[in-house]
Amino acid sequence: MAAAARPSLSEAPVAPPARGRDLFLPLALLGVLGALVRAIWFTPVELMQGPAQKIFYVHVPAATVGLYVGLPIVAVCSAMYLWLRDERLDRVAESAAEVSLVFLTAVLVTGPLWGKPVWGTWWTWDARLTLTLFLWFVVLGYLIMRGALEDRGQRARFSAVLGLLAVLLVPFIHLSVNLFRTLHPKAIVLKPSAPSLPPEMLSTLGIAFAATVVLFFALLRARVRYAADRELLSRRLEGEG
Amino acid sequence: MAAPSELHAPAAAPAPPPALEADGLRRAFGPRRAVDGVSFALAPGECLALFGPNGAGKTTTLRMLAGLLSPTAGEARVDGRPIAKDEAVRARVGLISHHAMLYAALTAQENVAFAARLYGVADPEGAARASLERMRVLERADTPVRRLSRGLQQRVSIARAMVHDPRVVLLDEPFTGLDDAGARALTGALTTLKAAGAALVLVTHNLVEGLALATRVAVMRDGAFVLDRPRAAVEDVAFAAEYRALFGVG
Amino acid sequence: MTAPAASPPLAVPGVLATAWLVARKDLLIEFRTRSAFLAAVVFALIAVVIFRFSSDPTAVAPIDLAPGVLWVIFVFSGLLGLHRSFGVEHADRAMDGLLAAPVSREALFLGKALANLAFVAAVQIVAIPAVALFYDLPVGGGVLLGILLVAALAAVGLVAVGTLFSAMTGNTRLAELLLPMLALPFFVPVVTPAAMATARLLAGRPMAEMAGLLRMLGAFDVIFVVACTLAFPFTLED
Repeated sequence: MAAAARPSLSEAPVAPPARGRDLFLPLALLGVLGALVRAIWFTPVELMQGPAQKIFYVHVPAATVGLYVGLPIVAVCSAMYLWLRDERLDRVAESAAEVSLVFLTAVLVTGPLWGKPVWGTWWTWDARLTLTLFLWFVVLGYLIMRGALEDRGQRARFSAVLGLLAVLLVPFIHLSVNLFRTLHPKAIVLKPSAPSLPPEMLSTLGIAFAATVVLFFALLRARVRYAADRELLSRRLEGEG
Repeated sequence: MAAPSELHAPAAAPAPPPALEADGLRRAFGPRRAVDGVSFALAPGECLALFGPNGAGKTTTLRMLAGLLSPTAGEARVDGRPIAKDEAVRARVGLISHHAMLYAALTAQENVAFAARLYGVADPEGAARASLERMRVLERADTPVRRLSRGLQQRVSIARAMVHDPRVVLLDEPFTGLDDAGARALTGALTTLKAAGAALVLVTHNLVEGLALATRVAVMRDGAFVLDRPRAAVEDVAFAAEYRALFGVG
Repeated sequence: MTAPAASPPLAVPGVLATAWLVARKDLLIEFRTRSAFLAAVVFALIAVVIFRFSSDPTAVAPIDLAPGVLWVIFVFSGLLGLHRSFGVEHADRAMDGLLAAPVSREALFLGKALANLAFVAAVQIVAIPAVALFYDLPVGGGVLLGILLVAALAAVGLVAVGTLFSAMTGNTRLAELLLPMLALPFFVPVVTPAAMATARLLAGRPMAEMAGLLRMLGAFDVIFVVACTLAFPFTLED
C-alpha cells in the first residue's frame, strides 16, 4: 500500500543518473591489447620454454594485481566498513572481490596452460598455485554468501567480517601449502640484486603490468558504478512497495 | 532502589526518571523510515496501549525499546539508563513478541527456568513454576514445548518473559492465539505487574483488550504517533469508530 | 507510586557463567533430540568404511590412508553439528530472547562454541577408535594420546571458525551449502598439520618432529578464537 507521503510511480525516475561516456574502460582494454601485441610479436621468444612463455605476460601481472591489489582492497574496505558503516565501502569491497575473482580465474587458467608444456603437467600441487586456488575459493564463497543474504546491512556486515577473517587466514594457508614442496619459479623480476630477465622482456612485462593495473581499476570503477546504480534502483522500487 | 539521580541531587524531592522513556526514536531500513521520531515516557504503573495498522512501525519501536535493534537516531531508556549498550538494564525488561522465542525440544519448565537463570533470578526453578502457574500452564510444565498447542506455547512464552518480575514489559500482540482462559491469565498477570509498579507497552490490533489495561493510548501510522492521549481522555465508542474510519480495521 | 516491583534483586550471571548456561542449554537440546549427534556418528562410521573401500588394499596401506580419513571425517562430521548450532536459535526466534536478556554477545558466542566443542569431542570419541579399529592402527604407547592432543588442538580452531560461520549462514537460504563453502577453506590450515602430525605419530616418529605442526595448530586456535569472538557481535542484527 503506497502511503500518501511517498512519491508516486510516475514521479520516481527509475533510470540511474546520467554520466558521461566512460572512456576509462575502452582505453584500458586497448592498453592490454597493445601489451599483448607487443608480447606476442615484438618480444623475443624465451629459449628454454619456447612460445609458451608468452603466457608469462598475462599470468604474472594478473596474479600480482589480483593478489596484491584486489584482495587488499577487499580487506581494507571491509575493515573500514565495520568502522565507518559507509555503504560505499561495502560496494567497493564487493566490486574489488568480483574483479579479483576474474583476475584470479585468469591466473588459474593460464597457469596450467603454461605449466603443461614447461613442467609437463597441467596441474601440480605447487605452493603458490595452491594458495591462489584456496584464495579463489574464499573469494567465491564471499560472493556466493553475498548473493544469499537479502538484508543490505546484514550483507555488508557479514561480508566485512568474512573479508577480515580471510586476511588472518592467508598466512595460515601459506604455511599449510608450504608443507608441500614447491615447483614454482621464484620471483624473478623483483629480486633485490638485479632482474634476471633480458631488457626487452622486462620492458614488455612492465607495459603488461601497467596495462593490467589500469584494467583492474577501470573494471573496478565500472563495477562500483554498477553497484551504486543497482542500489539506487532497488531503493526506488522498494520505496514504492 | 537507589536511583542514580539521588546521588547528584541531595536537594528536595528529585523527580525519579521515568520507568521507560523513548526519546526521539528513529529507525531506517535502507531508504524506508520504519520509525520516524517516537517519543514518550511512562511512569511506573503506567500502561501505553499502542494501536496502528500493519507496517506502522509498532514492532520496530518495540524492538528498539527492547534493545534488539539499535535506533538510527534517538535513545530508549529504562530507569534513565540507555538500553542499547547496557546489559544490566536489559535485565529489567521483559519482551513478548510475535514469536514464542522458545526451544521446541525443551519442556515449558526448562525453557522458563533457562530464562530465569540468564536473568539471575534467585530460585530459577521455583520462579519458573510460579510464572507458569500465573499463566495457568503449570500442569503442562514437563511437556516439551513442541507438543503444546499454539495457545499454550504463547502462555509459556509470556511466563518466560515475566519470570524475572520485569520493571518494563513490552508486549507485541500478546493476545494472539490465546483462548479466553489464557487472555484472562495474561490480563491478571499484567494487572498485578502494573500494580507492583511495572510500566507496560502493549502493541495490539485489539481495541477492547488494549483499552482495558491502558492508562495511555497512542495510535501509530507511518512511523510516528498520530494520537497520544491519557486513557481518561479517550471515549471508547468514539475512539473505536474513529479508529475504524482511519484504518478500516479494529 | 514509585516503589519498584517487590522482588529480590537479580544477580545477573557473568560472562563465563552465562556462556556455561547457554552451552548447557544447547547440550540439553542435543541430548533430548540426539538427531545431529546420531547423524554425525553414523556419518563418521560409514565414511570410515567407505574410504577403505575407495582404494586398492594391495596398493595403499591402511596406515597411509588413516590420517587423511580421520581428519576429513573430523571436519565433515563437525560441520553437521555446527549447522544445527544456530538453527535452534533461529527456529522460533529464540535468539531474540537471548539478545533481549542481559547476555553479553561474547558470552553467547563462547557458550555456543563450548557446546559445539563438546559435540565435536563426542563424535571424535566414537570416530577415532573406529578408525584405529578398522585401519588396524598401532595406537599403543602414547600414540593415541598424541592423536587426542592433536584432535583437541584442531577442534578448538575448527569450532571457533565454524560457530561464527554458523551464526552467519544459519538464517540464509542455502545455509546447508553455504556453511561448508565458507568454512572449508578455513579448515585447510587445521586439517593439513593435523593429518601430517598424525601420520608422523603413527610412523612412530619422536614428538620433537611434530612441535612445528602443533605450534601451527595452537597459533590458529589462539588467533581465530580471539578474532571470531570479537567478530561475532557484528554478525547480530543491530
